[in-house]
Amino acid sequence: MQKKRYIATGLLAAALGGPVAARAATPLDYLTGYGSKADPVVQLTWGVLLISIAVVAIITLLLIASVSRGRAQPIPATPGQSLAVEREEGGLNWLWIGVGLSTLVLLFSVVWTMEVIAKVNAPPAKPALTIEVTGHQWWWEVHYDSSDPSRVFTTANEIHIPTGVPVAFKLIGADVIHSFWVPKLSGKTDMIPGQTNTMWFDAEKPGVYQGQCAEYCGPEHSLMKIVVVAEPPDDFKAWWDKQLQSPPTPSGQAFAGQIAFGTHCGSCHAVRGTDAMGILGPDLSHIASRKMIAANIFPNTPQNLTKWISDPQGLKPEALMQKPELTGAELADIRAYVETLK
Amino acid sequence: MTTIDYERAPSVAEAGPDSELARRLQKMWETAPGLKGVLGSVDHKEIGIRYMVTAFVFLALGGLEAVVMRLQLAGPNEHLLTPEQYDQIFSAHGMTMIFLYAGPILSGFSNYLWPLLLGARDMALPRLNAFSYWVFLCAGIFLYAGIALGYGPNDGWFNYVPYAARQYNGGPNMDIYSLGMILLGISTTAGAINFVVTFLRMRAPGMSVNRVPILIWGTLTVSAANIFAIPSVSLAFFLLWMDRNVGTHFFDVNAGGQPLLWQHLFWMFGHPWVYAIVLPAMGMVSDGLPVFCRRPLVGYAAVALATIATMVLGFGVWVHHMFATGLPNIALSFFSAASIIIAVPSSVAVFAWIATIWGGRPIFTTAFLFFASFIVLFVIGGVSGFMTGSVPVDWQLTDTYFVVAHIHYVLIGINVFPVVGATYFWFPKFTGRLMDERLGRWNFWIMFIGFNIAFLPMHLTGLRGMPRRIYTYDADMGWNTLNMITSVGSLLFAIGVLLFFWNVFVSRKHGRIAGDNPWDAPTLEWATTSPPPPYNFVVIPTVGSRHPLWEGRLNETRSDTYVEAGLVLDKGRENVGTTPLDAQPDAILKMPGDSLAPFILSLCLTAIFVGLLLNLWVLVGLALVASAAAVLGWLWPESKLGETRAGVHV
Repeated sequence: MQKKRYIATGLLAAALGGPVAARAATPLDYLTGYGSKADPVVQLTWGVLLISIAVVAIITLLLIASVSRGRAQPIPATPGQSLAVEREEGGLNWLWIGVGLSTLVLLFSVVWTMEVIAKVNAPPAKPALTIEVTGHQWWWEVHYDSSDPSRVFTTANEIHIPTGVPVAFKLIGADVIHSFWVPKLSGKTDMIPGQTNTMWFDAEKPGVYQGQCAEYCGPEHSLMKIVVVAEPPDDFKAWWDKQLQSPPTPSGQAFAGQIAFGTHCGSCHAVRGTDAMGILGPDLSHIASRKMIAANIFPNTPQNLTKWISDPQGLKPEALMQKPELTGAELADIRAYVETLK
Repeated sequence: MTTIDYERAPSVAEAGPDSELARRLQKMWETAPGLKGVLGSVDHKEIGIRYMVTAFVFLALGGLEAVVMRLQLAGPNEHLLTPEQYDQIFSAHGMTMIFLYAGPILSGFSNYLWPLLLGARDMALPRLNAFSYWVFLCAGIFLYAGIALGYGPNDGWFNYVPYAARQYNGGPNMDIYSLGMILLGISTTAGAINFVVTFLRMRAPGMSVNRVPILIWGTLTVSAANIFAIPSVSLAFFLLWMDRNVGTHFFDVNAGGQPLLWQHLFWMFGHPWVYAIVLPAMGMVSDGLPVFCRRPLVGYAAVALATIATMVLGFGVWVHHMFATGLPNIALSFFSAASIIIAVPSSVAVFAWIATIWGGRPIFTTAFLFFASFIVLFVIGGVSGFMTGSVPVDWQLTDTYFVVAHIHYVLIGINVFPVVGATYFWFPKFTGRLMDERLGRWNFWIMFIGFNIAFLPMHLTGLRGMPRRIYTYDADMGWNTLNMITSVGSLLFAIGVLLFFWNVFVSRKHGRIAGDNPWDAPTLEWATTSPPPPYNFVVIPTVGSRHPLWEGRLNETRSDTYVEAGLVLDKGRENVGTTPLDAQPDAILKMPGDSLAPFILSLCLTAIFVGLLLNLWVLVGLALVASAAAVLGWLWPESKLGETRAGVHV
């Protein structure tokens, strides 16, 4: 009996301590919100979480109380020994009260849920822009739309948004189902081939918000991350302007690299303003400006770039990028070229 | 040729296990020795034990897979497994535990217990019963053959398209999984039909519907549900197989197909199935717990109705697996409300169990410990399910480890714990010997502590955003310690399960002799010997109340159950047929004896599926013909069943 009580207390402490510990921000936790879509959901999450913990605590205490009322009897020495049975009246009151209270709490939760659904159903203001994100095995294509055709462009794996305004997303699955998820800003929306899903979110404060594919999509599902960089509107506009620029004309080693890039990489990857116009892999027009490579798995350093270009599967076992047949000189040239794509 | 008078009025007599009548029944009902008996037995007890042993073997295999996964996930960036190996192992683990353990183990218990609880000599359709076991075994071997050859399922147990389509999944993995699941569906459907018919026809005289144990309600409810749910998943897998093998485009986006069609078909089955693998287990607790509280269950009618209500509502919540798929919010609202409200009938059961303990004089046997602790695990699994029922919360929770924690509280908490408790409870009936109580305590505490160490912190892992089905993770995500704790806890839990197996193994030969009714329990299975004779009851009992063996002790005015005296049915294998609601006797049912037909038909069916897998159309054709012949043999009229003119007394 005593043992059971200790266990129960321990469980309770763990149950209560857990969510509190979760508040310490980790990259993908969603117990703190950072935008007007995330906030009401965070409140609801805490609400139902605390209700749940309370219910478990109450039931555990009732159970402990019911086994430690001093009415227990020892296990009979002889199997089959006849033991008294009695039907104590009043048991049904437990059902009336317990089920009645449970139903009230559940109905309250339903109403709160509906209220939050209504609140986050549509953005509070007209979205500042619409970004089309396409999930591929195992990277993200990001397409910025604009009413001005000269401002339309495509990038990959790193989404920039302005702070303080809602941003709309069109979500598409290119091959299998993926799920777009940046937990600190919004819940998940699946990217399903053959249909376009929409969602929105906003970020109150500047920051780098991490996300990860949340629908199993094959062997490298684990290594398919996304980041959302929220910037003040001016910085965001500057970033967009820069993305529209053509790459500088390379010279020297980078020039040789551009030619090798066209031969070995250009059928899958695009660098706007050059002959490399492949669409199978991520757009690399400004790859040097991104912080990470391989769908945000490795920092964008010269060493990682070399490893990634020369042996993609060495870093990401089932990656679909083919291992190019490069000489050492070509590899160095391509890396030098890629580093100019700022 | 003997003629059978099956419109006679059977005599009533008093007869015990040592009577001349018992000896004659023994000759009529016992399974033939040797291979013919092994392959041809239709004894529900034999079949039940086979179901249980096979399901426990799959539990061990699935557990092994879990341990390997937990080693891989114990720390960040581990390389014990390649991504493809990890994917096959997590898929095989889900498939094994959900389809090959959790469902079949309950079929095993119900198969063994139903006729005994109902006062019958066998299931209504004994050969179909044997058939459903053999097909289950064949499907299990079929699926595991794929795993052994390196072609295990690799798209999760839920098997979403398009990843399951040939374009993205070129190997035979998905064909094996699809065909194996269709084969398994045949077994489950046959079993379900058998339970429904048995309920309607085989209850002892006087056992009206308000007198059956809750386990009967649980299994009956899920059997009725399975008859509607299984076709959905079998269809889904068949469409997938056709997409992959004969060029149809049900799920092919490029030809107007719909990936979401798969999800709807799968979860229209999948969610009812979750209830199918917990409701009978809840029934075991509802029947077992009161025995150790020395009082009847509080709120019998409410609990029985709650069982049915849960299942009915369970058909209206499947979309809560699809809250993030972009369905309109108005539709999500409906399913969200249903998914939250479905907790109401569950709360009925919880308060009934607690009230039963509160108002009882509990005896802390190992079985009681499992049943009572299950209440807490049930509530934890319940409230985490309630959280995922709330749409905006689920948009965050879904596909994280929070859901992994939830599903394990449901499947281990509400299936494994009651099943282990039920084994301690009914083992003496199965074997005539009690399981060791001392070992039982170790077994319970190690399982209970290990389980909670493994899975309680996992909720937090999920709240910290760890996605499901990832083979590795980075060190800076805040998941390292939590995963290490879970891995340690799961190893401890595994040790607990091994202790359970060890206890079964040892007690089978060396346990204390149990006697007919070691727990002084109230229901009919305890009225016969342990283990029961092949014919279960020498005479058919007559039931006068919900607690036949506690009559006269509960201050009830009437006491009219008779187990020592009853209908004598000894002109061949016979059982009394009763009316569906009141259980008034209205016929003598002729029961078939051992038959090889179910086994042969199962082999022929499996051959069809092997042919379909290998695209060996000749084999498919031959196996179809052989199956038809086996069915013909099965249905061939037998005089001893009163199916031929010569056999019928006119």
